[in-house]
Amino acid sequence: MKKRLPELMFNKSREGKLGASLPQRQVPETPSPIEESKIRKDIENFPQLSEVEVVRHYTNLAHLNHSVDSGFYPLGSCTMKYNPKINEKIANMERLNAHPYSPHTTVQGNLEIMKTLENWLSDITGLPAFTLTPAAGAHGELTGMMVIRQHLTAQGNPRKVVLIPDSAHGTNPATAIFCGYTTQEVPSNEEGIIEVETLKEYLNEDVAALMMTNPNTLGIFEKNILEVSKALHDNGSLLYMDGANMNAFMGIVKPGDLGVDVLHLNLHKTFSTPHGGGGPGCGPIGVVRELEKYLPVPRIEESDNGYKVQYLNDSGVGRIKNFYGNFGVMVRALVYLMELGKENIARVAEDAVLNANYIRAKLEPDLDLPFKSKTFHEVVFSDKGLPVKTLDIAKRLLDYGLHPSTVYFPLIVHGAMMIEPTETESKETLDEYINAMKKILAEARENPDFVHNAPYDTPVRRLDEVYAAKNLILKWVPEAE
Amino acid sequence: MRYLPLTEKDREEMRKSIGIKETKELFSDIPQDKAFYSLEGLPSALSEPELIKTFRELSLKNTYEDYTSFLGGGVYQHYCPEVVNYISGRGEFLTPYTPYQPEVSQGSLQAMFEYQTMMAMLTGMDVCNSSLYDGGTGAAEGVMLALRKARKKNRFLIAKNLHPEHIEVLETYVRNLEYKLDYVEFDKETGKLDLEDLKNKIDDNTGGILFQSPNFLGVIEEGDKISETAHDAGIYSVQVVSEAMSLVYLTPPAENGVDIVVGEAQSFGIPLGFGGPLLGFMGAKKEFMRQMPGRLVGETIDSEGNRGYVLTLSTREQHIKRERATSNICTNQAWCALRAAMYLATMGKQGLTETAKTNHLNTAYFVKQVANSSKVKVKYQKDYYNEVVVEVLGGDVDSLLKQLEAKKILAGIPLKWFYKDYENCILINLTEIHQKSDIDQLVAELGGAQ
Repeated sequence: MKKRLPELMFNKSREGKLGASLPQRQVPETPSPIEESKIRKDIENFPQLSEVEVVRHYTNLAHLNHSVDSGFYPLGSCTMKYNPKINEKIANMERLNAHPYSPHTTVQGNLEIMKTLENWLSDITGLPAFTLTPAAGAHGELTGMMVIRQHLTAQGNPRKVVLIPDSAHGTNPATAIFCGYTTQEVPSNEEGIIEVETLKEYLNEDVAALMMTNPNTLGIFEKNILEVSKALHDNGSLLYMDGANMNAFMGIVKPGDLGVDVLHLNLHKTFSTPHGGGGPGCGPIGVVRELEKYLPVPRIEESDNGYKVQYLNDSGVGRIKNFYGNFGVMVRALVYLMELGKENIARVAEDAVLNANYIRAKLEPDLDLPFKSKTFHEVVFSDKGLPVKTLDIAKRLLDYGLHPSTVYFPLIVHGAMMIEPTETESKETLDEYINAMKKILAEARENPDFVHNAPYDTPVRRLDEVYAAKNLILKWVPEAE
Repeated sequence: MRYLPLTEKDREEMRKSIGIKETKELFSDIPQDKAFYSLEGLPSALSEPELIKTFRELSLKNTYEDYTSFLGGGVYQHYCPEVVNYISGRGEFLTPYTPYQPEVSQGSLQAMFEYQTMMAMLTGMDVCNSSLYDGGTGAAEGVMLALRKARKKNRFLIAKNLHPEHIEVLETYVRNLEYKLDYVEFDKETGKLDLEDLKNKIDDNTGGILFQSPNFLGVIEEGDKISETAHDAGIYSVQVVSEAMSLVYLTPPAENGVDIVVGEAQSFGIPLGFGGPLLGFMGAKKEFMRQMPGRLVGETIDSEGNRGYVLTLSTREQHIKRERATSNICTNQAWCALRAAMYLATMGKQGLTETAKTNHLNTAYFVKQVANSSKVKVKYQKDYYNEVVVEVLGGDVDSLLKQLEAKKILAGIPLKWFYKDYENCILINLTEIHQKSDIDQLVAELGGAQ
């Protein structure tokens, strides 16, 4: 039987139902000193359900979701690798769940976890100083660009322009703007990478930095990176690397050895923490020694009497988030790294790249591959010459129980299909996906309309996004009585 | 390695299909003199039992659990029904990403839609988004939203009794933008925002006022008067709520005329978690909807006319607008919002109402009991919710806190961390998790009642 959406919980609610077991109030009822007018009378229409109804409601909702736990999820640029269950168990340990303002003497274990993770990340990236505070990749970008601006300002001139390749992540331009810069797009060459000679045409005294996604959103390694970083440094500019795609070369090469000045990582991508339907993430940034003094507070310091926290740093960018950042995500990432150990870190990248290349080899006869450079962790095909569009193929894949790739990104590829399998998928799963793609392409040649009208077997059919944007129903409202 | 399912045979076959002999060849674009460095300095892989042992030992270096804690100040200890851990821990909620393919994401999307609805009910706002990072970045996003809407204006007023970490975050966020922040004083006698100072500081270039209620000193502000003053002068009123439980007990922001509400909803089922992940929220009047940062879920129909949900108004987002986006936020706190929805649904109207009241009554009981102490004095005895400033009379805060620590009590947050004028004060938070005996013990140690 096809699964259907459950009723909204508001329609199931009945007066007098309760799902929680509340602690008995023990104190005598003292009159409140607050004026009556400041006290709320009612939360109109707020749901009232029993525990079993809550559990069934969410279990039925859960059944409508595709997830990494239920199947292949090759969203390019998102690194939807398997999320280890031991990470969850450890992150939920009762004794890690401290209040962030607890005296430092009472939370030495938590501080040690953070410092240890910083050290692991430094070792892997070759960047000596890390902050774990940013809440997500884009937040790390923002912090990293603030560090660059702070550094340039200290040198006398923050400069005006940030260069961004056309193959960079979509968040990069927005980040630069939020740091008070204007952006200039640098076109990639026919190999899909930055051409040093082209870059040099853009370099002048106004250029603060280049934000490079590497491997870029075409899944191609910027092989000119040493010349790029040299050209930038010769110009007094810095190299920011968006390390969202670090899964492609973790343990193979250190960004710090390639002239990268500031790097952000996504713990929810490379380091296996779950994506949670959109977050939380964690976007640590690493910097070269010269930039360490600009990192945000708080900073964790190791001393003879254990770990301490430094809240003040006049030269730094300030505070970018409350407390320490997404600690729970950091714990999961450290568990993962410790389980990998030195033996497996590079193997992760090797298998991730091998898997992507296998998909490329198998699908290249069927699909247009606009950039033929070496594929790293993801491969980007286009829908050129096909009887249906990328979106149609994506929707038809859903009928096969597979999640499609990222679609229509990067923008420089027509009808882009950006496939990132990750290392945690078996050859059998890859073959299943490859075969499904081939079948769908055959279906499309035979009967394009059939593919165009997919999906058929999902809880809902193709959804009308225009209707949603036009009517803007953003919450449930009770029917007029 | 259990997370690497390829066998040696698979790898061999795959290399053959690709047309290479060694996997290393795939990395030949990396500058070869830098590649394949030695990882020898790193620790060896740990097995699952070793991992558990390692982290158990680390966790035992934390001793905070041996204390009765009255710490608040932005994150709060509340009871969360176990069923929330059970359902939120399901892989179907934990392991998908942003619902880019709505046809196979209706579970997350409907749950988000329900979350938006419940937050709108609690704040009274027309529309609530599906999450921001936390209260501090939420405050910054609130200011930027109001200024985008106020168009040509670039100055914003900030209440000085806003959470000090929020102020730090705001300063960091605006530093590189063409925005200017100015601060409005508060009355040290009442702990409330100085309305006269607010009036005096509004000029033609001012876009709005950002205030917190209950504020960092635990005092409930005159939200209606602040909003009225703001609107009379043609500026926006933006409220921060750090203790979301107060939304249940106090008049909702919308009823006080507030235009945008932002804040921290950790109290709704999110563990303290050493301060993260948390749950930033934002609600606003309809007129701000198209400018709001973060994701919004909207109801729609499928090709057969059946009800369904999608992310909507995504043209505001950076992957489409790039440098013209309303915010650079992408990955957010979706799972925390889901947890909050599960918490709110489980607690329901009755559970929440009772809990919110217990928070206040426990605090009122503490205030009453400690009144006869000659050691300490509650500074603002009128408009508090579940947090109060306690002044240590003639003594020094550090030694009192140390004494209490010796009795296994974390009594509160020393306000001298944040304010010069409050160096003898601590901030004490009481919630429904405190037993009467916990409160009585704290009162006794502070020299009250008996």
